[in-house]
Amino acid sequence: MAGVLAILPQQIVFGLALGTVYGLVALGYTMVYGVLFMINFAHGEIFMIGAYVGWWVLALLLKAQVGALHPAWVVPLMLLHAMLFAGLLGVGLERFAYRPLYLRGATRLGPLISAIGASIFLQNAVMLSQGARMKVYMTSLLFPRTWRIQIAGASVSLLVIVMIVVAGLMMWGLHLLVQRTKLGRSIRAVAEDREMATIMGVNVRRVIAVTFFLGSALGGAGGVLVGLYYTQIDFFMGYSAGLKAFTAAVLGGIGNIRGAMLGGLILGLVESLAVTFMNPAYKDVVAFVILIVVLVFRPMGLLGENVAEREKV
Amino acid sequence: MATAGWQRRMAWVLGAVAVVGPLAAPNDYWIGVMARICLYATLALGLNIVVGFAGLLDLGYVAFFGIGSYLYAFLASTHFGLHLPFLLAVPIVVVLTAFSGILIGAPTLRLRGDYLAIVTLGFGEITYLLLINLDRPVNITGGPSGIIGIDPPAVAGFALSRNTQYYYLFLAALALTLLASGRLRRSRIGWAWQAIREDELAARAMGINTTVAKLQAFAIGASFAGIGGSFLASWQRSVFPENFLFTESINILAMVILGGMGNLLGVVMGATLLVSLPEVFRDLQRYRLLVFGLMLMVLMVFRPEGLLTLQGRHDEEAEPGA
Repeated sequence: MAGVLAILPQQIVFGLALGTVYGLVALGYTMVYGVLFMINFAHGEIFMIGAYVGWWVLALLLKAQVGALHPAWVVPLMLLHAMLFAGLLGVGLERFAYRPLYLRGATRLGPLISAIGASIFLQNAVMLSQGARMKVYMTSLLFPRTWRIQIAGASVSLLVIVMIVVAGLMMWGLHLLVQRTKLGRSIRAVAEDREMATIMGVNVRRVIAVTFFLGSALGGAGGVLVGLYYTQIDFFMGYSAGLKAFTAAVLGGIGNIRGAMLGGLILGLVESLAVTFMNPAYKDVVAFVILIVVLVFRPMGLLGENVAEREKV
Repeated sequence: MATAGWQRRMAWVLGAVAVVGPLAAPNDYWIGVMARICLYATLALGLNIVVGFAGLLDLGYVAFFGIGSYLYAFLASTHFGLHLPFLLAVPIVVVLTAFSGILIGAPTLRLRGDYLAIVTLGFGEITYLLLINLDRPVNITGGPSGIIGIDPPAVAGFALSRNTQYYYLFLAALALTLLASGRLRRSRIGWAWQAIREDELAARAMGINTTVAKLQAFAIGASFAGIGGSFLASWQRSVFPENFLFTESINILAMVILGGMGNLLGVVMGATLLVSLPEVFRDLQRYRLLVFGLMLMVLMVFRPEGLLTLQGRHDEEAEPGA
């Protein structure tokens, strides 16, 4: 037991780092669900592609031999490219795979199946173009192993702090955007009632596209952070990460931005603690059981759905 | 009338082709492919009951396939030393798999469309994780190395060994499930399912017990997977967790969607296409899933009702509320 207690602070730090990233990726699910009431199944793949873009930026910098790589400018550069690419990809997906469906007023099954198709397509496109083998993030070049600090008995690497800060800042930025700006108001209006928003002069198509851009960009950023953290990425990483982020979104109450952050943190902590106390082989089972239990007993999540009540059961 | 006239005639022609098919097959390998078509068509018909008839999007159907396969492996292999005869083991497996359908279906009854999809997906993943991990502390599933040494089907002392024999067995099962599906759809339960699919609230208002009807859909759909699972186990003579990955769920779902949800002939056609096309384009195997994903997207955008539509019918639309 003493052994477990000794590694507990460490596990909590891991859990926090993982949890903020889950939250970041969960925002993509939650925002899209907020405006379209659909699960963007391909969001996990957008996250994965974000990780690949970050890897390429780093690889090209290394190849160009620009000299000493300092995380203070390299990490923002990676994030920027990954977010831009992922965001545009999300917009493209919305334009070609989802918009024709929601314009036609298709039922829930159609968009979800289209999203599953997109997910399989993107996964295999990456596998065929980037190879099936995993790629290694040169994290140690950016964050030397000696950059650590001690907090409450846990040895925390600078990377983990960067992850938490970056993810936290992005969530805060999104929160401000949605609550304080004109764009945010139109996003909320579309989530509340799409038809009414149209009548009030909101350009609904544009708002939905922007929502996809924002959510996907955050997912791409999450991909870079996870790549830096785990140092290994492959074309399949989006599947389980996507499911977990979705779990986080549902846990907090889908459509609810603060809920996604809370859900991410809880899931990250529960997962890293579960590894401490039980057979790691069942780590993923924990996430799925949480998902199922929440959906079955409290489908509106912990903080409740922030979207207007649905007319459909 | 289950289908429009030409579809019914086409079904007879296809049936006749299927019976004489092995005579025209170039080699044993292709007879194996044909057997696999029958196997998957049976599975797709099972999923069609849940997705096509009742409109419940189940993304974890492969769980039932896995449960069926492993149950058969438990009952008729050297793994536990049980060697039940085929004709006894299969009914037991079918009943137990149907029961597992009720177990997994029950918690999901209250869920809306896409939540239901994710929860069933979660159950599929949990089933896979259990199959791969339940070799410790007590060896139940054999873990990643699966179960080998499964008995082949034997009827009255005559054991099946050649692909042709399996093919006719699977074809008979397919014919049976087709018949059952056709009957079910025109039965009281079938109408209840279709009413739920179109509008659950209205169905309940009309006095349909939606809870019972949904559980029946899950149980019957799962029982088809029990048949398919026992057949797979007895044909492969082995089962592995890798047979029951999420992609397999999607594969079977795509068969249902490609042909046209709820349309029996369409589902069989979907299974035929999705099993045989990768065989025809073997060299392009790498691109199989790429094309597959693209196909799902394109289909949903341009032809959400699937390849075969039910134009002769006014009481059914593939895309309810569209």
